Amino acid sequence: MAERERRLTPPYGGVFVARTRVMTAEDMQRATKRMAHEIIERNHGLDEVVLVGLQTGGIRLAAQLAEALRLIEGYEVPVGCLDVAFYRDDIGLRPVLPEAVTDIPGDLDSRVVVLVDDVLFTGRTIRAALDALTDYGRAKAVQLAVMVDRGHRELPIRPDFVGKNLPTRRDEAVDVTPDGVDLGEMIK
Amino acid sequence: MPDPDREPNNRSRKVDVDNSTSTSSGWILRGGRVVDRSGDRVADVAIAADGTVAAVGLDLDAAGLGLADAPVLDVTGCIVAPGLVDIHTHLREPGREEAETIESGSRAAALGGFTAIVAMPNTEPTIDSAAVVRQVQSAGMAAGLCDVRVSGAITVGREGKALSPMAEMADLGVRMFTDDGCGVQDDRLMRRALEYSSGLSVPVTLAQHCEVEALSEGGHMHEGEWSSRLGIPGIPAEAEELMVFRDIALARLTGARVHFQHLSTAGAVELVRQAKARGLPVTSEATPHHFTLTHAEVASYDPVFKVNPPLRTADDVAAVKAGLADGTIDAIATDHAPHTAEVKEAPFDHAPCGMLGLETALALGVTELVEPGILTMTQLLAAMSWQPAEIAGIADIHGLPIETGSPAHLVVFDPTEEWTVDPSELASLSANTPYAGRTLRGKVRHTMLCGVPTVLDGKAQR
Amino acid sequence: MTRVVANPRHGDLRNLLSVADLGPDVASGINRVLTLTDSFVEVSERAIPKVPALKGRTVVSLFFEDSTRTRLSFETAAKRLSADTMNFSVGTSSVKKGESLRDTIETIEAMGVDAIVVRHASAGVPLQIAQWANSAVINAGDGWHEHPTQALLDCYTIRQNLGDLAGRQIAIVGDIRHSRVARSNVAAFSALGAEVTLVAPPTLLPPSLEGWPVKVSHDLDSVLANTDVCYLLRMQRERMTEALIPSLREYTATYGLTERRADLLPGHALVMHPGPMNRGVEIAANVADRPNAVVIDQVRNGVAVRMAVLFLLLGSGIEWGGEIDA
Repeated sequence: MAERERRLTPPYGGVFVARTRVMTAEDMQRATKRMAHEIIERNHGLDEVVLVGLQTGGIRLAAQLAEALRLIEGYEVPVGCLDVAFYRDDIGLRPVLPEAVTDIPGDLDSRVVVLVDDVLFTGRTIRAALDALTDYGRAKAVQLAVMVDRGHRELPIRPDFVGKNLPTRRDEAVDVTPDGVDLGEMIK
Repeated sequence: MPDPDREPNNRSRKVDVDNSTSTSSGWILRGGRVVDRSGDRVADVAIAADGTVAAVGLDLDAAGLGLADAPVLDVTGCIVAPGLVDIHTHLREPGREEAETIESGSRAAALGGFTAIVAMPNTEPTIDSAAVVRQVQSAGMAAGLCDVRVSGAITVGREGKALSPMAEMADLGVRMFTDDGCGVQDDRLMRRALEYSSGLSVPVTLAQHCEVEALSEGGHMHEGEWSSRLGIPGIPAEAEELMVFRDIALARLTGARVHFQHLSTAGAVELVRQAKARGLPVTSEATPHHFTLTHAEVASYDPVFKVNPPLRTADDVAAVKAGLADGTIDAIATDHAPHTAEVKEAPFDHAPCGMLGLETALALGVTELVEPGILTMTQLLAAMSWQPAEIAGIADIHGLPIETGSPAHLVVFDPTEEWTVDPSELASLSANTPYAGRTLRGKVRHTMLCGVPTVLDGKAQR
Repeated sequence: MTRVVANPRHGDLRNLLSVADLGPDVASGINRVLTLTDSFVEVSERAIPKVPALKGRTVVSLFFEDSTRTRLSFETAAKRLSADTMNFSVGTSSVKKGESLRDTIETIEAMGVDAIVVRHASAGVPLQIAQWANSAVINAGDGWHEHPTQALLDCYTIRQNLGDLAGRQIAIVGDIRHSRVARSNVAAFSALGAEVTLVAPPTLLPPSLEGWPVKVSHDLDSVLANTDVCYLLRMQRERMTEALIPSLREYTATYGLTERRADLLPGHALVMHPGPMNRGVEIAANVADRPNAVVIDQVRNGVAVRMAVLFLLLGSGIEWGGEIDA
């Protein structure tokens, strides 16, 4: 689960207890490299690509993807960050505060935006991100890269690039850190 | 009950309450602690059917007094004292009957242990003529819950411009004159009022609400730390003190009696102390709120704490207490000032001044003055009964020692009983008490007006 | 591996009536609003400066005293958050016909509103309204008492230009006695560690400064050289008739920020004013146009700060006082 969601989903905080390590740091590196290749392949290069990491879990992954892309193509793609706090459809249902100022590099018109997040769960964050992006221009296409897809979608949203498909129970929690990905529970 | 048509100076009659409709066969109060100006002792009090005290003593023989049928009230642990006298009550009738009527105010008074109250003249119309005096007196008599005395205005319409007909009102029994709500601003007019009043056929007292309007105008609370912080225009203590100073000078000049109403500042208390030391004919009163509350209460912006004179500093509260303790302040007066919720739920600077007082005064005296050892119980009762009776010119009937033959105007209260102030339970038509939710000690059990219970077991009898 | 994740639901910020409402730790409360304001400054700079955060919420401005600037600022903020806005203009309404404050509030609430932005000439009215209202109440200025969003936008503007307020020397000059802006700013500036000096004739200072964390001066010239922010207050003409100052001319001569005085300020120092300015009275016309006069920044930031306040009260679901960061 994304950092924000972990903290801000009922019961709003608590203790994450890891049960299983599902990806190691090396697994994540390899997955990142593979996703970088897939992004290049899909877009026939990087000319139009902009990476936009979602606050907060997607920021680190976006940076790592950009670095992987640079190593492969020798080209630095623009990287932005997006906070969707003002676009959520569950405002008032749970605490939402932006973690940082949104920073979108340049005009998005005729660019391909690759949204980057750590965990894809219900899809509501991505829906909010799609809304937010429209306020920065009309992107040619929007694609989605996530490290972990844990299922349980509540909206018709599908990732384009996935580090790992991870079947979970709904009440389980996923924790992504630089050390790896853990599956476990949140205890209040 | 007061007779509005009685002759002036009818001092021979001890009791002025009509008891003829009562079916009373007298009362016996057993085991109380009797406190009056002549002492403090445990004794039974027997009340005759004619409304006078039949006997006071230990283990009274009811049958021997001809009171075999008289109901007996066990008042063990209670204090039996002369009925309380409030020389500063706003009854609002005529004019603002939605806030209080003479009847509802009399009931609140009885529940507070009072057997006599002096109605302030700032009604609509102002009590500045015989006609309005008669109207208030007869309504008080009809209510029959309290001896409602009337004060008249010093100036016509309380406008501070022309003297009101004091002699005509004095003939109807008015003994106190005041423009309360404001002070008489004009120095010369106040001098003339004092001179004129001293020549009336009966002794009267001019009571002053001390406030120099040039300094207080536009103010809504005490000027100081809290007014500065809250951004509310203030009224400096000096606005009160300047007029106290002037009136002391005028008392010296004219030799007339001056009574200072609701002293609220340390400076004013000190001025009165000095004037008394010089033997000038001045007396003074303080309200329960000025010895209980400070201007910090206004931080809530709740207009229930808006009053004139305003709530002052903790030092002023201490000075008022010291003034009561050393006798500088002769009387505790409630300045009972009912206002409806509609007018009090206004912005602080638009709301009228005033707070309820009758039903909480005695308990505040017990809680704030007697329990901390500032006053003895006898001193408290002196300040709430016989001393104010003297100032109001009704000491021939009220505040008398409880002894055979004196009128049975009595209050019986339990000085230790705790109760919590609930504005909705007060008898007043208004609910603007600043003490809502406060727990106080001292609860009135019975109040007797001329031997007839106006309050029995804490319940008003009519 | 276990990790403790903080629960952000602790305190409660239901209304914004005074700067102290941002406490118990006022400084961290202010900083939280200022950080959030950064996000709304970014929103305000977009081609379409609007986010859907408060879609479906209704904000009513209830101005018992005219203030077109403050009302527009709040309404713009609400609209940029996609809230619906209503304007209850009191000047011509039932209130003038004797309707009680409480009835007015109950009427407005019956229409279904989420926030009431109140301006009133009497101190304490927003506090009274908050006791009766279910919706969030925001004080947009009450009498001489407080104007908390002005203080927040002033803090933001200083931080934007000079960085951290801690240790900064701020002179507030003029009619402190009658100023809600001064009361809120003294509270906010000093909470953030700035040193505040009030510069005014004694007649324009509050009767008591007990408990105020300020220094006082009657000599503007001596203060200016060591000032980072010179905050001027509006001087109103009626102060003359109240015998508080002899004349506006004498006021300008002794307390106005003339060109000569403005030259005494250090180069980095800001000149601020809550507006509307009386050019030629408290501030010389061309001093107001110097680059270090940031009056327009104040106005611009006012919208973003008010967006932050509205979002905190209505949209974030964040309860106050707790730490957000895990």
